[in-house]
Amino acid sequence: MDLALSEEQEMLKKMARDFLTDKFPKTVVKEIEESELGYSPESWREMAELGWMGLALPEKYGGGDMSFLDLAVLLEEMGRACLPGPYFSTVVLGGLTILDAGSEEQKQEYLPKIASGETIFTLALTEFSARYDAAAIETKATTDKDAYILNGTKLFVPDAHVADYMLVVARTDEKSKGEEGITIFIVDAKSPGISYTVLKTIANDKLCEVVFDQVKVPKENVLGQLNQGWSEVQKIIQRTAVAKCCEMVGCIQQALDMTVDYAKERKQYDRPIGSFQVIQHYCADMVTDVDGTRLSTYQAAWMLSEGLSCTQEVAIAKAWAGEACQRVMALAHQIHGAIGVTIDHDLQYYTRRAKAAEVSFGDANFYREIVAQEMRL
Amino acid sequence: MDFRLSEEQEKFRQEVRDFLEGEIKQGLWQPSCDAWIMGHDPEFTKRVSQRGWIGLTWPKEYGGQGRSFVDRLILTEEMLRYGAPAACHWFADRQIGGAIVHYGTEEQRKELLPKILKGEAYVGLGMSEPDAGSDLASLKTKAVGDGDYYVIDGQKTWTSGGSRMNWIYLVARTDPDAPKHRGISEFIIDASLPGIAVQPIVDITGGVHFNEVFFENVRIPKKCLIGEENRGFYQVLNQLDYERSGMERLMANYPLFKALIQYTKETKRNGKPLSEEPVIRSKLAQLKIELEIGRLHMYRVAVVMDEGRAPNWESSMSKAYGTAFEQRLANTAIEILGLYGQLSPQSKWVPVQGMAYHSYLSSKGYSLQAGTSEILKNILALRKLGLPTG
Repeated sequence: MDLALSEEQEMLKKMARDFLTDKFPKTVVKEIEESELGYSPESWREMAELGWMGLALPEKYGGGDMSFLDLAVLLEEMGRACLPGPYFSTVVLGGLTILDAGSEEQKQEYLPKIASGETIFTLALTEFSARYDAAAIETKATTDKDAYILNGTKLFVPDAHVADYMLVVARTDEKSKGEEGITIFIVDAKSPGISYTVLKTIANDKLCEVVFDQVKVPKENVLGQLNQGWSEVQKIIQRTAVAKCCEMVGCIQQALDMTVDYAKERKQYDRPIGSFQVIQHYCADMVTDVDGTRLSTYQAAWMLSEGLSCTQEVAIAKAWAGEACQRVMALAHQIHGAIGVTIDHDLQYYTRRAKAAEVSFGDANFYREIVAQEMRL
Repeated sequence: MDFRLSEEQEKFRQEVRDFLEGEIKQGLWQPSCDAWIMGHDPEFTKRVSQRGWIGLTWPKEYGGQGRSFVDRLILTEEMLRYGAPAACHWFADRQIGGAIVHYGTEEQRKELLPKILKGEAYVGLGMSEPDAGSDLASLKTKAVGDGDYYVIDGQKTWTSGGSRMNWIYLVARTDPDAPKHRGISEFIIDASLPGIAVQPIVDITGGVHFNEVFFENVRIPKKCLIGEENRGFYQVLNQLDYERSGMERLMANYPLFKALIQYTKETKRNGKPLSEEPVIRSKLAQLKIELEIGRLHMYRVAVVMDEGRAPNWESSMSKAYGTAFEQRLANTAIEILGLYGQLSPQSKWVPVQGMAYHSYLSSKGYSLQAGTSEILKNILALRKLGLPTG
């Protein structure tokens, strides 16, 4: 058993922290959050030059040949920096899915463009029910000669407004309401008939409503197997949940670090508030939650990276992370006092993101049921 | 990074499981909660000893196996999973042997380690006193030098296993004039010496494992001193890191969890097993999640020890976390059992062999022994996070 990062992972972590600290001070994060685009094309190019988009893609597709675990390290730093933009959508939702489910042709077509930073991808999965189960998929894809016609509405699609391509999960067999008859399509996001509305969210993170009205998709754009797409969707949810956990680890680690620093500096009654036992115990509770989240997240990331079956470990990590984040942020605010609830303080970036991450790709209730099934209850 | 256990370690786990299951099948003992501290079974300890499973991590030159702390964690995890009666050797194996290896004289090692290895040394821990709990350094029991002897006078309390011990690991004041942390020494003494009286304390479960131990004019040879005179407090702190480090801080009432799951599968409400009710599923799954997070904390502690470092803040974190989990487990168990949850093990109609009742009461002490959760959080705040002292 070895719970430490490798030397290379430590180097990646440091490099990522330096770059993100330099390029994304909170003033920049704020500007980007408030911009229509929701990301900085200049920094996007720089990240691509650093090899970040293709980090976990094979070399033959222009990638860096590193592992999912390496990507986990990078994602943690992105969570720590509150990096805004479509990195997660492009790399985790798009790139890793095509790598996993795509045909050789599709991989050659799309992965090099992802690795180079040329294209932005996203995933259009959830709909009105806002659930991550197969019954939620009502968007229809009907055949029309050599194409499919998509009709329906997707909700909470990240970065759809700037995406070049979308992976769209749709129902190809109308007779089925369950896991059968679901197919994933690679859709040109600028196709006629697609319209977007950017939703106003707690994390200002550009989740969109996407309406498909008679959108034509060539038949060769089916990703994976026709009608059998749900098993791939489950893999996407699992992988994405772990990637989300990585961001959450970075998020609450930073919130803890800021809080401890503040508790050491802030004086009341002529002494640092961090010398009061009640504050010390709050901090101890926070670090215990942070470490539990870190351990379970990296366990799941390592298992995914090794190709091991890890349904239970992923469920445990995300269920735990979602609720631990809320406890950590609540205490971070309590210790920061009133300054922490001002819009100009950095803490609120973490508060908002922690909440968005909790409900994204399965909350604790969702994963508790999976754990219950794994326990054969 | 590699969260896997090695093939040998997995094999070892299986070997321990086979052994314990065999014991249960033969009817040698029944799984129970708190068996690591309350289950005194000298014959079981002998059989564990014969397998070489006491002193697993000690150096080979002292009769140990020189194996890793992760290996030992696997062993103790399985003992706890099966609720095995390992109380006779637990303390000696966990911390006393290690302390003697580390701080003891060659003579002490030769005398005591073989006894521990053979499962014949039942060691009681003489630390707390009526006026020295969390503030252990304020202890008053005296050890006054007198030629080749020390003379011990005072009182210890909450001494676990006191009624069965044949050795006492004693912490006493050797320099009354020094600052309180710097005048304390450690001893290992024969529990049958004249002047030692043991008075059992009945705990809220009705069980007896705590004791008061009185020392009146007890003469012990100077060779009983462990380590350096007046440096005992620092040795104790190191020992406490180990005392807190184990899986018994997470899985002491694991047999209850197992029985509870079984109960929900077998008990029907409105014609359906309880385990199919969403609220029950959610509660049990949450316990499982918390248990697994705790296991990760525990394994981290063992990994730290294998790196050759005392698991200082890590074991504070894992113990505070683990004991809080055990208390929630007991609480949730009674919630799920409802009215039946209040029945004592001796009562008609009692479910899950009364483990919920027992565990609910006994787990109140988990967050007190070996460092209260408050002391552990102090350690986290000061040593891990570097917060200032008042």
